[in-house]
Amino acid sequence: MKALEVEKLSKRFGGLTAARDISFSIAPGEILGLIGPNGSGKSTVMKAILGVEKPTSGSVRIKGVEVAGWPPHKIARLGVGMVFQHSRPLHRQTVLENIALALLPDSLTRLFPDPAIIARAKAIAERVGLSAVLDRKPATLPFADLRRIELAKAIARDPAVVLVDEPFAGLTARETSAFAELIAEMRRDGRAVMIVDHNVRSVASLANRVLAMYVGERIAEGSPEEVMNDETVRRVYLGGALTTAARPESSFKDAATPFLEVDSVDVFYDRAQALEKASLHIHRGEFVAVVGLNGAGKTTLFNAISGLVPFAGDIRREGQSLIGRSAAAIARGGVVQAPEGRDLFTDMTVRENLDMGGLRLTAGESEERLDWLFDLFPRLKERLAQTAGTLSGGEQQQLTIARALMTKPDLLILDEPTLGLAPIVMEQISKALERLRQTADITVLLGEQNVTFALPHADRVYVLEHARIVWEGPPERFEAEAGARYI
Amino acid sequence: MLRGLFSPAVLISLAVCLCLSFLPLWVSGYILGLLTTAYYFGVFSMSWDLLFGFANEVNFGPTFLIGLGAYTAGILDSLYQPPLALCVAAGALAAVLGGVVLALPALRVRGPYFGLTTLVAVLLLQNFIVVFADLTGGEIGLTVPDVISASDKINYWIALGFMTFSGLALYGLSRSPVGLILQASGQDPVQAGALGFNVVKHKLASFIVSALFSGLAGALMVFYLGAASVGTFVDISVGVQVIVGAVLGGRRTILGGAIGAIFLICAGESLRPLGDLATFIVSAIALVVVLAFPGGLIGLFGAKRGAA
Repeated sequence: MKALEVEKLSKRFGGLTAARDISFSIAPGEILGLIGPNGSGKSTVMKAILGVEKPTSGSVRIKGVEVAGWPPHKIARLGVGMVFQHSRPLHRQTVLENIALALLPDSLTRLFPDPAIIARAKAIAERVGLSAVLDRKPATLPFADLRRIELAKAIARDPAVVLVDEPFAGLTARETSAFAELIAEMRRDGRAVMIVDHNVRSVASLANRVLAMYVGERIAEGSPEEVMNDETVRRVYLGGALTTAARPESSFKDAATPFLEVDSVDVFYDRAQALEKASLHIHRGEFVAVVGLNGAGKTTLFNAISGLVPFAGDIRREGQSLIGRSAAAIARGGVVQAPEGRDLFTDMTVRENLDMGGLRLTAGESEERLDWLFDLFPRLKERLAQTAGTLSGGEQQQLTIARALMTKPDLLILDEPTLGLAPIVMEQISKALERLRQTADITVLLGEQNVTFALPHADRVYVLEHARIVWEGPPERFEAEAGARYI
Repeated sequence: MLRGLFSPAVLISLAVCLCLSFLPLWVSGYILGLLTTAYYFGVFSMSWDLLFGFANEVNFGPTFLIGLGAYTAGILDSLYQPPLALCVAAGALAAVLGGVVLALPALRVRGPYFGLTTLVAVLLLQNFIVVFADLTGGEIGLTVPDVISASDKINYWIALGFMTFSGLALYGLSRSPVGLILQASGQDPVQAGALGFNVVKHKLASFIVSALFSGLAGALMVFYLGAASVGTFVDISVGVQVIVGAVLGGRRTILGGAIGAIFLICAGESLRPLGDLATFIVSAIALVVVLAFPGGLIGLFGAKRGAA
């Protein structure tokens, strides 16, 4: 019998279909990779299996038992374990107590701990490599050990099915292989494992099969090699034949001192390194794309440039170091971010949001700027009196870019403008960027995980992977030289 | 969970309680009376910390539970004069039932709505008491025919014993496997669910326990004061004092609730000669402690010892 069977699973949120007719099954001792770019619906499928989201239709069977619509704790007790991406251990408890928690019965009368539970928690800790730190508090442990605690909790009840969410995000190469070994061990123990991740490459060495999703639908299924070479998958991840308008780097005049130089920058969040010796440069008037998956370090890079996170190394604007300058001073100097989360004033109207961006302009300049923006984003003109919160995702993204442009930036930083947008909306944004490039003398730094979206605009591309810049080159060489890293 | 009930903190607390039990041999009735009230407030704050610190639910209506306990016990006594133990038990039961009725729907709404629901419950109870004045004494208050004892000392010992017992029970519960599950449910309900725990069940149980001790304390306090009034048991400002006491003492410590509440009551009383300024000074001290030392008084003390 299959450990997990998903059949014609669909989930709708209002008018949005997050997952449509997804079917797959996993046998005991098998690893399935469920992959897809942001917004592909893979997390929705995972939540539906866990019971966190109720499926709109379709069936989920664990060891043959229909569980669609059950509450999470019942599904968990039937034999589903989950390794969460973000670890949130109990900080006042020791590592051992955190693991023992997962073994406790769901009872209100168990007031004294059962010694057998402690013994079992110790055995599990030993399996995942935590024996040396049993009595430590989580806050004193490195990031990789926190992930081990999550893993220990997930397998504590000996589940038949284990779901693993982005197991390798934020881990170094060595930690990654140690973690992969632990996941392979689950397979040897006869568990059915589902790894949810962004691309085939990250699960290829582990997965027996890979299922690829895109905007809520299944687009391919097969061995990792088959999926990696699948036409549709390649088109979704790489965009197929590329028409690029890239200008050669020699065409920019400030070759000696580029407009912005990022010089071997390191950034740490607590113990996790988010950026490692990252170096890049942007010429005045250039359109540079930084592509990388979720968690690769794009937002961190942009926040370092904007002065929002402390870093080691140097960032220079026109030869002048930005170290010691406040985020506000950097922004006033004309380095402006359109952030990933959009950060609009949702209760203000479109017009008020734009005016916030143009506060330092004279009335005349402001009018002129608005006219230009309405030409770029005609949709915003129609929506002027509407509050930003009531706009669609695509319109909000346009407004975010427009508001940043209102400040007349020297450098516009666009962080994942396509996040969560439908393909057709991406196309509108893409057209606007194209016009922006043609009509204005502006320098743009674009961060994207959607290569299809980023490449056609870019003069030059950097690939960011696990906190490091691993490739740099013109867009037309991307697929041949860096494409395989990406699918 | 593994360190057992009798941790250093508990042994120290028990030793302090033992010392406090000898106080009646030295101090005046006035101070004993003050401490008696303070001990009941200590129980209110400890019960509240079980919800805030462990279930991660902000209950703005501790006085809903306290008031139900106090008034149920008081009304029953004034109507039928059954044995006092029965009145107290009825008060506790009423608080538990009221707590369930309130928590069942409130736990289904997320975020700030739980707190708002509990706040509205207090206003409802307050209005009920005022409207049904024949039964409840209304705004003037309800005078009960019986008290536990006329002796300051006996009242003091009962309050101290009750606080010690409540503290042990609540602290033990918070350190037990059940407390650990409750803490996990409060911190990350999704993950707690994925570990197989019924989050609503555990939060509801914590609400019931909190209501039980609040109701018991409320009922006992009525038969110490000999009267129940909105101003002493139900008013929002009483609830605020309970909450500030718990936060001041230290969140997620249980015992801190008692320390914070006793400090608040005693500080307020000792500054009383200053008039209205007293409330201001005590509030300012509470604000400073909460802002500067989020771990509360226990956190201050624990930091010095190097481990909490």
